[in-house]
Amino acid sequence: MAIECLILGAGQEVGKSCVVAKIGGKQIMFDCGMHMGYSDHRAFPDFSLISPSDISCVVITHFHLDHIGALPYFTEVCGYNGPIYMTYPTKALAPLMLKDYHKIMVDKRGLEEQYSCEHILQCMDKVIPIDIKQTIQVDKDLQIRAYYAGHVIGAAMIYAQAGEETMVYTGDYNMTPDRHLGAAQIDRLQLDLLITESTYATTIRDSKYSREREFLKAVHTCVAAGGKVLIPTFALGRAQRDNSSFFEGLTLQANMYYKMLIGWTSQKIKESYTVRNPFDFKHVCPFERSMINAPGPCILFATPGMLGGGFSLEVFKQWAPSDKNLIALPGYCIAGTVGHKLMSGKPTRVDLEDTQIDVKCQIHQLAFSPHTDSKGIMDLVEFLSPKHVILVHGEKPKMASLKQRIESELGIPCQYPANHETALIPTTKDPKIVASKTFIKNCTSEFNGDERIAEGILIMEKGQNAKFVSEEEFLETIGIEGNAVNAVTFTQCLSLPNKIVSLETEDMILALEKELKKSIKFRKFEISKDCIKLDSITIRICSNNKSCNFGKDEDAEEMAMHLCCSWSIRDDEMARICLSVVKNMESTV
Amino acid sequence: MECPVDLSALTLFSPISRTASSSPPFSDNNDLIRAVPWYKTVASLNLWDPSSLDAVLISSPWALLGLPFLTRKPGFSKSTMIYATEPTVRLGRLMMEELVSMHMEYVRYYGSDKKSGLPDWMNWTELERLQMEWKKIVLGEEKEELNGWMPLYSAGDIKDCIDKIQPLRLGEEACFNGILVIKALSSGLEIGSCNWSIKSPKGSLVYLSSSVFGSAHAMEFDYLPLRGQDIVIFSDFSSLSSMDSDEEITNQCVLRYFIFSLPFLFYNSWVEKNGESEDQSVQKLTGADEIEDEAEKIHFILSCIVDSVKEGGSVLIPSGRYGVIFTLLEHICDFLGSLNIKVPIYIISEATQEILSLTNSLPEWLCKQRQEKLFSGEVLFRHVELIKEGKVTVYPFLYSSDLLEKWKEPCIVISPHWSLRLGSAVQLLRRWHADPKSLLILEEGVHAELALMPFKPVKMKVLQCSFLSGIQMKKVNPLFETLLPKLILLPESLRSRCPIKESELYKIFYYSKNVTTHIPSLKEKLEAYLANDLASQLQPTIFPEKNIAAARLKGKLLLRKGVYFLDLPDKPLNMSIKPSLHWGNVDPTSLLQVLNEKKIDGSILHYENSDFCVRVTKPAEGLIEVKSNKIMISCEDEICSALICEALKSICNRI
Repeated sequence: MAIECLILGAGQEVGKSCVVAKIGGKQIMFDCGMHMGYSDHRAFPDFSLISPSDISCVVITHFHLDHIGALPYFTEVCGYNGPIYMTYPTKALAPLMLKDYHKIMVDKRGLEEQYSCEHILQCMDKVIPIDIKQTIQVDKDLQIRAYYAGHVIGAAMIYAQAGEETMVYTGDYNMTPDRHLGAAQIDRLQLDLLITESTYATTIRDSKYSREREFLKAVHTCVAAGGKVLIPTFALGRAQRDNSSFFEGLTLQANMYYKMLIGWTSQKIKESYTVRNPFDFKHVCPFERSMINAPGPCILFATPGMLGGGFSLEVFKQWAPSDKNLIALPGYCIAGTVGHKLMSGKPTRVDLEDTQIDVKCQIHQLAFSPHTDSKGIMDLVEFLSPKHVILVHGEKPKMASLKQRIESELGIPCQYPANHETALIPTTKDPKIVASKTFIKNCTSEFNGDERIAEGILIMEKGQNAKFVSEEEFLETIGIEGNAVNAVTFTQCLSLPNKIVSLETEDMILALEKELKKSIKFRKFEISKDCIKLDSITIRICSNNKSCNFGKDEDAEEMAMHLCCSWSIRDDEMARICLSVVKNMESTV
Repeated sequence: MECPVDLSALTLFSPISRTASSSPPFSDNNDLIRAVPWYKTVASLNLWDPSSLDAVLISSPWALLGLPFLTRKPGFSKSTMIYATEPTVRLGRLMMEELVSMHMEYVRYYGSDKKSGLPDWMNWTELERLQMEWKKIVLGEEKEELNGWMPLYSAGDIKDCIDKIQPLRLGEEACFNGILVIKALSSGLEIGSCNWSIKSPKGSLVYLSSSVFGSAHAMEFDYLPLRGQDIVIFSDFSSLSSMDSDEEITNQCVLRYFIFSLPFLFYNSWVEKNGESEDQSVQKLTGADEIEDEAEKIHFILSCIVDSVKEGGSVLIPSGRYGVIFTLLEHICDFLGSLNIKVPIYIISEATQEILSLTNSLPEWLCKQRQEKLFSGEVLFRHVELIKEGKVTVYPFLYSSDLLEKWKEPCIVISPHWSLRLGSAVQLLRRWHADPKSLLILEEGVHAELALMPFKPVKMKVLQCSFLSGIQMKKVNPLFETLLPKLILLPESLRSRCPIKESELYKIFYYSKNVTTHIPSLKEKLEAYLANDLASQLQPTIFPEKNIAAARLKGKLLLRKGVYFLDLPDKPLNMSIKPSLHWGNVDPTSLLQVLNEKKIDGSILHYENSDFCVRVTKPAEGLIEVKSNKIMISCEDEICSALICEALKSICNRI
């Protein structure tokens, strides 16, 4: 048995996340993203490597284009017809992202469209919305469940179980709570495989709040000096931080969704939300094109986040040449975007398709990208302790070093396949057996430390599940009646240790128990007037030498008090210990 | 839990509090009790030891109202798990807080309870003075319900109670103690109300609360995941209560609503659908007809409202069903708008403001049509817009200064219900009760005569309408045929009234109040998984005559999400696995032979039937007694007895 993972995208790179996992005979596609850095065929995963009709379901983790951008293409152009799952917020917000992107690429830049606006709507219509932790039975043998990932609103980690095989695909996640979103949360699952993002495979971040303060200070300084601030946004979750700002159309619309989806934000916000919704911003208003060059300071949020085109780039062209202005960049920009160019050192000039732009403005890199850092990844891997780990959505050298850490520190095999490679994850299947009810009931009392121990006999018959039964039930199965079993019993008689010979019967028993307890700990002896018992071991004080063999050869008239011991074969070992304790009592006197 | 399918577990479910409250302070022409009200909950709440409860499941906000009575009891254990859906918890909390706050009006009026004991009205002499019918309400049919009365909880009790609840999302699997997997599935009645699926290794159980197939607001009854479980507990009493209230309606439970003005000035029995019993079985389990019926009802209500308003009368709609009311609100506004009638609409309730915002942020719990609104970027409930446009205004209290300024009649007021004893409904009824132009819209199931008693004479029109509040009787049989459980538990009271078809496919049991119903065990074999590592250690013996192989197995027994799992023990067990079960016949000749092989001298002492005795002389003295069911070895020498034992084992079958 094995899980086969075909990496269609985000293998040793960031962009176009797409993994097809063959698990328990089912094929699940996790994410169906596009690469923002390319506008040719490389933008989409290579769907020719799979056959859409073999896919049991598609699950989208969140609404970012590098996770959903190719979905309309896959469903409407490639003809995938099966179920598509995503969370409620993702289903609500994804069409906005897709349409916005479509507008930029096709309408503004005039690129050839891969799918139409109509396709986006048709595709989104087929999506089945799911809730966090809701267990979805995709079909008889396949179930999936979403867990809160914290990356953006509606972001989910996906758990999938098919047959006996289990895996989690994280999508993008954040292990530290955000001002608006909670940290990722997942149950301790038994996993064969964990596929995790590794954007910040080697970075460890400092506290979120100091970084936020630093950023806000830069914004305030700029605005106070009459400058304009451009904040290209990508993750809608981060667009709501400052209270005096302008919104471009998309973000404003998205903000309304936020109000309805407040249940998906962090616990703190949810609770503070009673009457006033924190997403009712007082100073926010929609932005009009004419305002770009209006005098006076302002703060503008605009998409796309990495200045890959669209409105944010248009504004950038206008504002970049002034040193009064400030451009804030997201924590991560994909190669090929203007954002990426700005991040690699401070350029004074950026080449765009037809023009060159002088960059004099300040550039502030927003460190608070809502991805987990390497500590978060390690924490998650350790928490879940899967049997295997696959890294995706990261840069090759950093992934290599993280792989090293996972293997050496956690002892979990780890790989980071490149695009179009297939990772083969061997799994073992635990055989299913049936246990009889009476048996389970009986074996609930035996403990080994904290563990409950079951002992019995496993009957294996061709073509049937193995049966786990008690000894009695086993004998019944093979057709032997209980009393036909030769219960082998030992008896042995011992003379009374001198130490206790003068005591009353009951005190003898107590003295014996005390001595036995010294050597045999954690067991409870059953005590009666003249007898001490442990399981089948019985030590009886006996004065009737007719019923047992003690002193048979000696003078038959004499009634000698002695210890009459008996035990069944199964307790032989323990009985020998008891006997030696009693014998030693004698010698220590 | 020894037997998770025992029906006594039903007591674990929703402790339903009926807040039958007593008299308002100003009535003078009746004998209603005048005191700070107590509240009646499940009578047997006092009878159980609360610490014996393992888990409590709550399926709707109303079912939550009595929970603080339970959780504030001294014996209530911290380890008792309480499960409810998120919306149930949040709506329930708001309703309880509103209740407590409105209850304060009584306390302010009468002063707080000075005595710690029972209130005066609970004296037997006082109780005897009550009318028969009321006495029945206080004491119950069998006079056992008096101890179900309790003084109201405090805001602190509510908080403690809410803190103890584990809120669940839709379809979330909660695992109780490893043994039960508990899952809440939408029941369609209201936002957040649910049915329960409980799975354990020994069987699975469905708890079916009042469920609605088609709803105009809440997510519809999600019954498909409930198929094929072992047991269904049918706990939808909605059809019963409506039958109780009116004996004239025969065994069919259908939509009924009628207008009457007390005392029954005109009685207009509307929509009777008794005749359609034949094609019932063909009824599919869809909600389309229900939505249609509800729409029809709403249309009728709308026309009544418009009639009143046109005449210059006001309309009072007390209701506790938020989803229904918010849907109604949308329709009222549309309808009035289309007729170009401008009437102020007020919602007067402390909790409403929060409930309004809350219902608009729970898309996961709404019906498909409303979810579509989320995806197309519209608000979920239009009340948000209506409030913004000023068509609807929300006030916490009737005496809010804003409201007093803007108050205009005729108007339409939506208020909380609380049996017409608490909140704004009381004052408004007092204002309008004698106005024949005004209209009161009540829900079915309310004892209208008693509820309106203090407001006599009632001249205002009363429209009593039943919103769909459960599974219609005609759909019960088709539902069971779809769910196909092995066993169905029905309330005893349902037995006579609506014959449920016995089927070869499932057995039917009836349960009744305070009686424990014993359910036969349904599974003899339990499923379990064997860890591979453990399986590889097995040393099977083959038994050719039975065509089986068997092996001794010892391992750590775990329960994971309701499934047994056998794994390698973490610590090595103190005894290694070795055969300890021996059987087979021992005959003297072969015994002597194997003894000889081990260099033991022995001789047969006596022989009777198949019993015999062997005396051992070398290497030590000893005696072997072989009886049909027992072999006894007596030997003082350890080594020798061990050798004898080995010899015996070698001629036995063993595992």
